Amino acid sequence: MMDLRELYQDIILDHGRHPRNFRAIEHPTHTAKGHNPLCGDRVTIYVSLEGDRIADVSFEGRGCAISTAAASLMTEVLQGKSLDEARALFAQFHARVTGGEAGEPPEPLQEDLDRLEPLTGVKTFPARVKCATLPWHALEAALKGGAEGATVKTE
Amino acid sequence: MVLREAVARHEPRPDRLGLDVAALKREFPVFASHPDLVFLDSGASAQKPRSVIDGIADFYRNDYANVHRGVYSLSQRATDLFEEAREKTRAFLNAGEAREIVFVRGATEALNLVAQSWGASQLRAGDEVLISDLEHHSNIVPWQMLRDRIGIRLVVAPTDRTGGLNMAAFEACLTPRTRLVAVTHVSNVTGAVLPIERIAQLAHAAGAKVLIDGCQAVPRMPVDVRALGCDFYLFSGHKAYGPTGIGVLYGRYELLDAMPPWETGGGMILSVGFERTEFQDPPHRFEAGTPDIAGAVGLGKAIDFIEAVGRDAILEHELALTGYGVDRLSRIPGLNLLGGGQRRISVLSFDLDGIHPHDVGTVLDQHDVAVRVGNHCAQPLMDKLGLAGTVRASLGIYNDEHDIDRLVQAIEAAREMFGR
Repeated sequence: MMDLRELYQDIILDHGRHPRNFRAIEHPTHTAKGHNPLCGDRVTIYVSLEGDRIADVSFEGRGCAISTAAASLMTEVLQGKSLDEARALFAQFHARVTGGEAGEPPEPLQEDLDRLEPLTGVKTFPARVKCATLPWHALEAALKGGAEGATVKTE
Repeated sequence: MVLREAVARHEPRPDRLGLDVAALKREFPVFASHPDLVFLDSGASAQKPRSVIDGIADFYRNDYANVHRGVYSLSQRATDLFEEAREKTRAFLNAGEAREIVFVRGATEALNLVAQSWGASQLRAGDEVLISDLEHHSNIVPWQMLRDRIGIRLVVAPTDRTGGLNMAAFEACLTPRTRLVAVTHVSNVTGAVLPIERIAQLAHAAGAKVLIDGCQAVPRMPVDVRALGCDFYLFSGHKAYGPTGIGVLYGRYELLDAMPPWETGGGMILSVGFERTEFQDPPHRFEAGTPDIAGAVGLGKAIDFIEAVGRDAILEHELALTGYGVDRLSRIPGLNLLGGGQRRISVLSFDLDGIHPHDVGTVLDQHDVAVRVGNHCAQPLMDKLGLAGTVRASLGIYNDEHDIDRLVQAIEAAREMFGR
């Protein structure tokens, strides 16, 4: 048996139960919905962008412990980041949870990646990788789609 | 082994009451490959007995050629085996004639066939198709497509608190414009067994035809399409211990005969000219192209297997095991079991307070307990119940009380992990 505690580390269980930034932003500059048809999970991401900087980011929705913790941790590390930094974090995070290659992370982002590290337990649970990446895909869709809102589905 | 001999001889064993699950389990090679596996997802697809796996391989080794085409003896042998499977299916459903049995890819194709051939040719704008809110997506969407195409109305009869069809509400949904009642025999979400005979009587009295989705019923109870009084009955082979890629549409011949082809190609043609084409009679009219010949042969082997075990014995076993499961699960604090109160078989759907079904599924998997999590292709029902999804344990003939006990232990582990 693989150790379930590698997947459900304390920090995941904590963020799953008590998600941070779990709220709507009243007038977001960017928003999008993420939907995982497999399990019915839905997440809405709200972003308030000032220039090229994320002034605020939050989420609402209902999901499993993994997707809720992933969204919660994502909104924590993205506060105040530039768009380039956000994209670089997603690329690094995506590679870590899927077992891909993303190259050396930019030095200033190392601390944020360390905070996301507990989520990388999903890479030995292939059926759960999409739970961890869903909020990030929704964020990406939000940043592309603007305030109108788009819906992104895990394929 | 007695069972294997009975299966090999295709002899039903009507004398047998109760199942020797340990012996049955040995007939399923998957449990030799995975000795600790507790497989509780037969509602999605059943595991395959050796006689089906070997039967398909033997057919490819010894008897394979295309059907209804060759003059050579091997092709004739393949044709005979293919048609023998059709006859076995007829007997299995107690249909009147083998030509009322159409081989399709699965229940989904059967439903699309009826919607696009019977529905599009027989229904007019304003006609009503009545379904229940228990239906699988495959018995919802084909009718929506037809609604958007020709303007029929799709009417949905609601379930009651117990997870079964509310018969009073169902009756109230029948109108002079109801042309078809299309409902499931057994719910894949709540396990409710619908009173099909009563539904068929009411529907026919209102002048409507009756279609029954038998996917969850056929593997676990005797089904007699004439006693049920239905006009169409359909199921997938893979849920009935047969291979994937094969399913069955039963239709009363008079109805099939009046239906136009829905797919065209080889094998379903009497004569083709560039001006006009004459089509074969049913069932071949609806079997364009080379069919899944080995799939049909494999389905025949699955039917032999089910008959050898005995459908009454399977029904009795699964009802008893379902009862045991309801009893065990009901004692778990914070576990909410869907349905209840009505006759239920095989399906145990539940959610746990404060723990997402997907997380439960992962913990169960780590305990080698295979269940399905999610909406079970019944999103409208989930929305009505206010659930994002459930955990669903569904039974097969290889399950016993020990499997339920292992399920309960794994659920307790999930509750412990998530601190509930």
